[in-house]
Amino acid sequence: MENLVQIALQNVNLAAIMPSLVLVCFGMGLLLINVFLPRGTTRPAAWVSLVGIAVTAGVVLQGWGNPQYGFSDAVALDNFATFFNVTFLVAAAMTILMSDDYLHREGYPVGEYYPLILFATAGAMWMASGTDMMTIFLGLEVMSVSLYVLAGFFRGQVASNEAGLKYFLLGAFSTGFLLYGIALIYGVTGSTRLTEIGVYLNSHSSLLTNPMTLAGLALLSIGFLFKIGAAPFHMWAPDVYQGSPTPITAFMSAGPKAAAFAAFLRILEYCFFSLKPEWTMMLWVLAVLTMTIGNFIAISQTNIKRMLAYSSISHAGYVMVGLVAANEIGYSGVLFYMLAYTFMNLGAFAVLVLAGKKGEENLTLDGFAGFGYKRPFLGVAMTIFLFSLMSMPPTAGFAGKFYLFAGAIKSGYIWLAVIAMLNSAVSFYYYLRVMVYMYFREPTEDYAWVGMPVGVLATIIFAIIGSLYLGILPNEVMAMAKMAIF
Amino acid sequence: MSNLLSLMTFFPLVGMVVLLFLPRESDRLLKTVTLVITLITFLISLPLAFDDAFRTSAEMRYVEFAQWINIGEYFRMNYYVGIDGISLWLVLLTTFIMPISVLSTWHAVEKNTKGFMALLLLLETGMLGAFIALDVFLFYIFWELMLIPMYFLIGIWGGKNRIYAAIKFFIFTAVGSLLMLVAIIYVYYYAVKAGLPFQSGFSIAHFYQLNLPAHLQTWLFLAFAFSFAIKVPMFPVHTWLPDAHTEAPTAGSVILAAIMLKMGTYGYVRFAIPLFPEATLQFTPLFATLAVIGIIYGALVAMMQDDVKKLVAYSSVSHLGFVMLGIFAMNLQGLAGGMLQMINHGISTGALFLIVGFIYERRHTRLIAEFGGISKTMPVFATIFMIITFSSIGLPGTNGFVGEFLILVGAFESGLRWYAVLATTGVILAAVYMLWMFQRVMMGKITNPKNEKLEDLSAREVAVMLPLLLFVFWIGFYPNTFLDKMNPSLENLIQQVKGKQQVAMLVEAPTPSVAKITVNE
Repeated sequence: MENLVQIALQNVNLAAIMPSLVLVCFGMGLLLINVFLPRGTTRPAAWVSLVGIAVTAGVVLQGWGNPQYGFSDAVALDNFATFFNVTFLVAAAMTILMSDDYLHREGYPVGEYYPLILFATAGAMWMASGTDMMTIFLGLEVMSVSLYVLAGFFRGQVASNEAGLKYFLLGAFSTGFLLYGIALIYGVTGSTRLTEIGVYLNSHSSLLTNPMTLAGLALLSIGFLFKIGAAPFHMWAPDVYQGSPTPITAFMSAGPKAAAFAAFLRILEYCFFSLKPEWTMMLWVLAVLTMTIGNFIAISQTNIKRMLAYSSISHAGYVMVGLVAANEIGYSGVLFYMLAYTFMNLGAFAVLVLAGKKGEENLTLDGFAGFGYKRPFLGVAMTIFLFSLMSMPPTAGFAGKFYLFAGAIKSGYIWLAVIAMLNSAVSFYYYLRVMVYMYFREPTEDYAWVGMPVGVLATIIFAIIGSLYLGILPNEVMAMAKMAIF
Repeated sequence: MSNLLSLMTFFPLVGMVVLLFLPRESDRLLKTVTLVITLITFLISLPLAFDDAFRTSAEMRYVEFAQWINIGEYFRMNYYVGIDGISLWLVLLTTFIMPISVLSTWHAVEKNTKGFMALLLLLETGMLGAFIALDVFLFYIFWELMLIPMYFLIGIWGGKNRIYAAIKFFIFTAVGSLLMLVAIIYVYYYAVKAGLPFQSGFSIAHFYQLNLPAHLQTWLFLAFAFSFAIKVPMFPVHTWLPDAHTEAPTAGSVILAAIMLKMGTYGYVRFAIPLFPEATLQFTPLFATLAVIGIIYGALVAMMQDDVKKLVAYSSVSHLGFVMLGIFAMNLQGLAGGMLQMINHGISTGALFLIVGFIYERRHTRLIAEFGGISKTMPVFATIFMIITFSSIGLPGTNGFVGEFLILVGAFESGLRWYAVLATTGVILAAVYMLWMFQRVMMGKITNPKNEKLEDLSAREVAVMLPLLLFVFWIGFYPNTFLDKMNPSLENLIQQVKGKQQVAMLVEAPTPSVAKITVNE
């Protein structure tokens, strides 16, 4: 007992968890501040959380090229974690910016909303920097619990309640799988440390065919694939995405998903590099399944939010192509794509926030008829995001997909690349259809459009810059994604 | 000037940004500004036409090179552009057609002029970029970039079925190009493995040096060729074309026919054939067959159309069949004919779509049955229409004749003799459908009272047509102006492709038979 305490104290390196520490401090502080704010006042909380994110961003960027390890190798704030941390912060900042006006419009001006986003982001950071199963699990739980609450935040709305409950029940179930996987792997290798597991498995080749190892890998994968929203564990995604408050949907589709990819990628590469042929084969099948199911179901959607939910599933499938490639290019592609996806998807959702009105009735395709003429700026912005989601050059989506698929082709997965490309072609149809309604149809009725709050406008401009910058001049960020690979 | 090509390519894009700041309501101002921008672009490109170095040199000229994306050993892309005898006239055709199509919208486009003009300018940048790109990745970027404005041009300003046509156009072309992207990346990593320098990126000149094994060439060629075949369009993937052409606004149809279809045939000449010469040899019979089917099928279907615009659209399928036949003949006559016919088709079909636009603006119908005897009320129009009709048929003295004649000679002299014979029927059929249409629309008595008071062409409309007429006769009487500057590049290309094909055949020749011959001697 005494021994354990000693170990823990010896390896304290606060620099390794500094970003999440700052973020959590801001979150805690905000909870306190909220107590003293009058009911219904959320703007100060939004500003404080934005300041918190800015400060954290400063801390995060200092970590670039200056890796910190600590807590007996349970946490590694390396370039890999830093790159993902930037992605999470971008997602969180954009979510907060588009939220404030929306919360008031929907009648839920509750200040706890913002600390929850900060906590979720901090959890995501632990997942990305965790090098021990327990750290990763801890991060996953912090992130997920915050998201369960956020998904059901509109407690008067049935859909939001359903989203929260569904996400919670299924999420808890999948966490069970994850824990069971961790337990099995611990049973086989006697460690929860990622590198130790990897070394142990590599040096005991008989364990590689041990059913317990394979079952552990499978159960771990299920846990992460659930969070990623990969088929066949995607069933929760459409309902949760549709029912959650729109900014939260946007956040969930980018931040937490990126976190799950980060942790999954690290575990696969650190622990299971000896089992590469096995898991690449498994992910090959699941990637194809994920993108195909996501795309084909998205075609028949008439609600844009739900359509984007399904398209988000298919994008998870594209990112899995980078995992299947299992080479440096593919991995860097995962990093780059998640950042690119954050910009374009959050941008699209920000437009949806403005397109909807109270009660969110205006998310159907019909409601978008003539949108491009009524709101020219939003129309152009949405067009850019949609083309980016379609991966048309010169947008971020194209650069990202190129990165991912180049990795797959380099590794010899030509057919996977071809299938992914054909899937992109399928996705063209439903993305184009939104544009058809926006530009090729006359407005059917006069909607009471909401105004354009500065925050949402900032989000959209930020997203446009990101989507175009990463598409036209991707060199810098692509090179950073390269440096971020261990 | 060393950065002439970039200036020419991105000037319309800069113009587009300027346009976005002009007031939305000032219709005439927007059109004038766009016209001026396209005219300046044309002027920028004009020195290329007077550069005599193209007569003697097959080399890329006006080359510009800049590093764009450099991710170490992962991949590199460069901004690498240049122009040779193959792309020279296509670039000039583009800058030449653009002001004409802008001028044609003077009264045709009233709704949301700003958007229309902005998209036209974006389209011009995309097309010019695709023609000058020497980096395959860069080419791909511009190639995809063209789709976006055209999608909106058809979808917003098109006819009744515009939405269907726009989506069909987009998805058809995009599917092909996505497969091409996989092939491009594959070739790149093959090249890296083969030891090509990293810094060359996706440079086409470096890719030419590869000796890809035959079975790879087959697949890669199919991926490239499929993409280009959709764009050309070749039978049987041509079905998007009649819809897109018919539904697009006049300016859109003109650009689509005159320039964008050439992107496909240009793709064969620049990429698919020289990159994969052995596969080309292997697929020549198939592509020649498809080309001939396209020629005859397009002509037969054109004959049965009751809509003038549809007729012209199907005639494109037929004409581009000729171009493909000439390219796959792979000798100087065939290729030169093919290249020249690309220009010819751009001029005469572009002109035909303008003509259809003129009568549509007057009568708001394009049905042949609605017309008849118009030559009496519109004599100037009738004269111009007749000349263009002859050009499209390929009457001697017009541009169409030179191109088709060269193609047929080329095909006849190469191994494609019977294909040439069959293709010749296409010339006859072209005369049938064009003249029959001309007769029904222009000749005879005026049966429909609505046609009695049609106004003849205005000065603006004549101004639109005159430059086109000039080139109809110029190419018809003195094609050497154009051929001379293509020939060195084409000869070089043929040498390169044939050389590789011969090497491949020598290697693949069964050795036992060679041994037998030596024994007999």
